Amino acid sequence: MRKAMLVLLCLVVFAGVGFSQQKTVYVMHGWPGQQAVAFAKVVQAFMEAYPDINVVTEIVGRDRPAILATRLAAGNPPDVSPIPWLGLMAEWARAGYLVPLDGLVDVSEQIPALTPLGYVDGKLYGTWQSANVKSLVWYNVKAFVEKGYQVPTTWDELIALCDRIVADGGVPWSIGLESGAASGWPGTDWIEDIMLRTAGPEVYDQWVNHEIPWTDPAVVEAWEKFGQIALNPAYVLGGPVGALTTNFGDAGAPLFTDPPQAYLLKQATFIQSFILNQKPDLVPGEDFAVFPFPPIDPKFGTPVLGGGDVSVVFNTGGPLNGTREEVITFVQFLSSVKAQEIWARELGEMAANKNIDPVATYPDPIARAAWQMLLTADSFRYDGSDLMPGAVGAGSFWQGVLDYVSGVPLKTVLDYIESTAVDAYGY
Amino acid sequence: MLKTKKWHPWVFVGPALLILTFFFVYPAVATIWRSFYGSGQELFGPNVRHVGLANWRYVFTNPTMTRALRNNALWVGVFTPVTVGLGLILAVLLDRVKYERVLKSIIFVPAAISYVGASIIWRFVYAYRPVGLSQIGVLNALVVALGGEPQGWLILRPWVNNLLLIAVGIWIWTGFSMVIFSAAYKNIPRDLLEASRIDGANEFQVFRRVTLPLLRPTAEVVGVTMVVQVLKVFDIVYVMTNGNYETEVVANRMYKEMFNFFNYGRASAIAVVLLLMLIPFMILNVRRLAGQGGVQ
Repeated sequence: MRKAMLVLLCLVVFAGVGFSQQKTVYVMHGWPGQQAVAFAKVVQAFMEAYPDINVVTEIVGRDRPAILATRLAAGNPPDVSPIPWLGLMAEWARAGYLVPLDGLVDVSEQIPALTPLGYVDGKLYGTWQSANVKSLVWYNVKAFVEKGYQVPTTWDELIALCDRIVADGGVPWSIGLESGAASGWPGTDWIEDIMLRTAGPEVYDQWVNHEIPWTDPAVVEAWEKFGQIALNPAYVLGGPVGALTTNFGDAGAPLFTDPPQAYLLKQATFIQSFILNQKPDLVPGEDFAVFPFPPIDPKFGTPVLGGGDVSVVFNTGGPLNGTREEVITFVQFLSSVKAQEIWARELGEMAANKNIDPVATYPDPIARAAWQMLLTADSFRYDGSDLMPGAVGAGSFWQGVLDYVSGVPLKTVLDYIESTAVDAYGY
Repeated sequence: MLKTKKWHPWVFVGPALLILTFFFVYPAVATIWRSFYGSGQELFGPNVRHVGLANWRYVFTNPTMTRALRNNALWVGVFTPVTVGLGLILAVLLDRVKYERVLKSIIFVPAAISYVGASIIWRFVYAYRPVGLSQIGVLNALVVALGGEPQGWLILRPWVNNLLLIAVGIWIWTGFSMVIFSAAYKNIPRDLLEASRIDGANEFQVFRRVTLPLLRPTAEVVGVTMVVQVLKVFDIVYVMTNGNYETEVVANRMYKEMFNFFNYGRASAIAVVLLLMLIPFMILNVRRLAGQGGVQ
């Protein structure tokens, strides 16, 4: 199939040369600095492989949803755009702005857990450019070895480990919820990760779409499990006050003092650069490592919470479902092993293609472990607070986390978020 | 002499009126109009939705908004008397000190620091580290040195954190208030003060019966300026707590509704409320100017 496709693509290429027409693909992305450079390298590799296709890249760093909406309304969208907004993708797909890619783009090489999220109403609209993993717990390897601690593989083992650390006179968790005007978001990741493990991906989706209320027992349980750790003064460095006043970026440092002030940190892949920035001598994999946030209900296994970018193709009125051959060639290339290896190697981000060579691509064992987690994940879900309307996902949810950890009764917190959700979703 | 035609004044007033219309009247009217409509998309998209008084109901009934309104009242109630009072006392007392200029300069410096800069400085002052770790915040370092327990000051709701935020505002504005009072105090004819002292008044009586009445117009101007400043308070709250832990204020709520939640209608309603709160003080200021012959 793939070979046939390549042959077809080659034919297209030759046909293009034959007619000596320069074909152009217009792509718009919003990545700054390093990511923009990595994408440029991917584009360069594409143009070397397909010399007759020219790619014009447009970078829109701010207000991209608004700009895309305007361009769509005006009828001149770009051909391709990698976007991190799955909600918008669904909205645009239903409005007919996007090209269904079934039968045009082959996604069989994509990591299985990611693929379903590219679909809207049973049709494929998005292919994954890259993903990041949030369901990670960071720990100090040497301290673990010294104390004889084992990496926990279930929630009960995790709590048992916490109790053991407390019994040894230590503090298990370093939590940082402070993040300036975005304070509270690290707590939303906790609750989402727990909810995926206690209620499963389907209920999680219902919750994100507000098909179940915030006062639903499944939601309450996730918050209470979060509270079991975050509200316990013995479990958290500085207790709840410490969690509220510590910046998320500084939360890694206490793991690496001597003796460690805390032993565990739950945070996404990006925190590695923060840790190395503060403690440049640490070696990833030797001094610190990650384990998956453990499963709770065995029924739901080990899901992965994360984020990422999906490439969507806009309807520009071409012959192929509304687009052109060269655009499809480009989108197929973006998810190919070659493009994905360039992207992942440049940025240390998680490749979305399962056939890449992890050893050659990821020089450090943590990125490799995170990618392995993504590859074997029982399910993948997008960070829910990013999918909810701003008034909830970037408003009352954040505020609710801070209120709950600072001692407001859970019922008051959830009633308030529910009232803002009813208001923001309109149902 | 040139004869004044009817249209002559308009040549001079016209440009100013045009600019005012474009940059003030039009936005104000548009904001009021928008406050009766739904969020941004609905306002400009195909489903324009008139929501009647819903945004206004929200402003006066939503618990976060009522908290913001109450906090604004707290800011006015604490910030204004303290900045005016401290400014007055410092101006009168420093007048008798040898190093007046140096001291006044030091107290005035915060006025030259931006709100955001000042807020970041004070975040460090209030910073919290768990018991046992070295405190990086001055306030907690003092508390610990005196044998106390470190506190997460900015999350001690609702009184401590709000008052500590107001303290930052006072720190910024007291110098300004002092400088104005100082100028006014130095304009009081010395013979008036001398005469009262010769008549047997003690220093307190001089202050109470002579200085204070003469500084009253200044106090009113400074007071109104402070109220106008404080009703618009945004930066300190945005930087230090972002309105969490019951420290929300009206302007910060407006910012969130507008730029985080894209709810243009609600943000507009809040903006209009803010404008309505400010208008009485504007009128007061204009009246006073008129009374002094500045405006006919």
